[in-house]
Amino acid sequence: MSSLLKNIIRFVLFILFQVYILNQVPPLHQFIVPYIYFLFILWLPFNISHFWLLIISFVFGLTLDFFTGSYGLHAAPCVLIAYIRPFLLNLLIPQDTTEQSYIEPGRKSMGWAPYALYVGILSFVHHFYLVLIEWLQFGTFLYFIGKVAGNTAISLLMILIAELLFNRTGRYRATK
Amino acid sequence: MKNIFLFIRRYLSFFSFLLLQVIAIVMLSNSSKTHQAFFASTANEVTGNINKRYSGLRDYFGLKETNRLLAEENARLRNLLPANFQSPDNSKQHFVDSLVKDSLGHLRKYTWLPAKVVFNTYSLQTNYITIERGSDQGVKKGMAAICPQGIVGVVVETSANFSKIMSLIHRNSKVSAMLKKDQSTGSLEWDGSDPGYLTLRNVTKGAKVAKGDSVVTSNYSANFPSQLMIGTVAEIASESSSNFYSLKIKTATNFFSIQYVYLIENVRYTEQVQLETNTLKTP
Repeated sequence: MSSLLKNIIRFVLFILFQVYILNQVPPLHQFIVPYIYFLFILWLPFNISHFWLLIISFVFGLTLDFFTGSYGLHAAPCVLIAYIRPFLLNLLIPQDTTEQSYIEPGRKSMGWAPYALYVGILSFVHHFYLVLIEWLQFGTFLYFIGKVAGNTAISLLMILIAELLFNRTGRYRATK
Repeated sequence: MKNIFLFIRRYLSFFSFLLLQVIAIVMLSNSSKTHQAFFASTANEVTGNINKRYSGLRDYFGLKETNRLLAEENARLRNLLPANFQSPDNSKQHFVDSLVKDSLGHLRKYTWLPAKVVFNTYSLQTNYITIERGSDQGVKKGMAAICPQGIVGVVVETSANFSKIMSLIHRNSKVSAMLKKDQSTGSLEWDGSDPGYLTLRNVTKGAKVAKGDSVVTSNYSANFPSQLMIGTVAEIASESSSNFYSLKIKTATNFFSIQYVYLIENVRYTEQVQLETNTLKTP
């Protein structure tokens, strides 16, 4: 399956999963809202250009916003993590080898530890920014800290489960 | 000139990042104020259609509950039928009403429309309910939505066949409410923590309030008829710095399982709102 087709399918599935399953979960606690949709951005291929990465993330975030009715609330954090992503990847993975032999970030292409750090930092940034925007409109400081921590923890848990469930092969890229 | 292009080219990603962030923030600030963001109503139509299919599937699981609620409501309405009441003996006095018209000159103020809920969120800070009835079927912005148990929210966005209701459990929702017992009014809001509880602010400390008291819509609301059930008082907190109570209200409506709502149109809504806003503008 081509990388483009695979990512289009992922786009649709992540949105549907977030809207129709996770957003339908009865509230567990006021600090915990399960979010996993942004994993789509973390799984985008290495070789995508920075500009298109931003555009795709913006459209992706906005699509979710159309379902939840708060236009721009999810688009802004998505664009932020898409902007940080290439810099973080440059820091975390050995240059010249991984990017050329693997298609997308994953535990096989990067190794468990760097991949966990990559996912952890980006989830934290995503939730920090998302809750910050919410908090500026309303809320207290305790709510802000608690919600960032709660959301990040539940997201990381779900990403771990997703990694264990879907054994992405992390295929070698065909040599050109 | 060449340098400018080189500069832009070099920092293309940074500029596009800034631009997209600004677009997102502007959309967000506009949407929470007016609910008229870019192409919002087209998107509403598209997401509405997807939601409708999903809801068609989910409906089967809620049939039992919906049935129970409708049966309850039917029972209540049947109890109001004149056939249940023994009329007083009036065999000695007999009146024939010869007037066809309502001689008291009643004018209709509220009209009611039923609508099916196709999508509903309750886990976010900004919760909306999508219903399958739009401007083509007579829905207008500002109409009130209630369900058999209690009030639900206010219509904020309409497209041709779908509408969006801002649920009571939305951080920007505000409804005028009062205690049924002594009619002291307050403003009903949601603090964002528990979808089962709302907050009634600005209730004067002179009000005699007790746990379990009913809270109903007030006479001051432009979109809600008065005396509709909202919930019961669950907790009383008096704010030491002010002269007001803020009450925690257990909602009568179960926001997790809304299947059908009634929309209520106040025929004189525009007139009332216009007058109220005009008066506010003049100093």
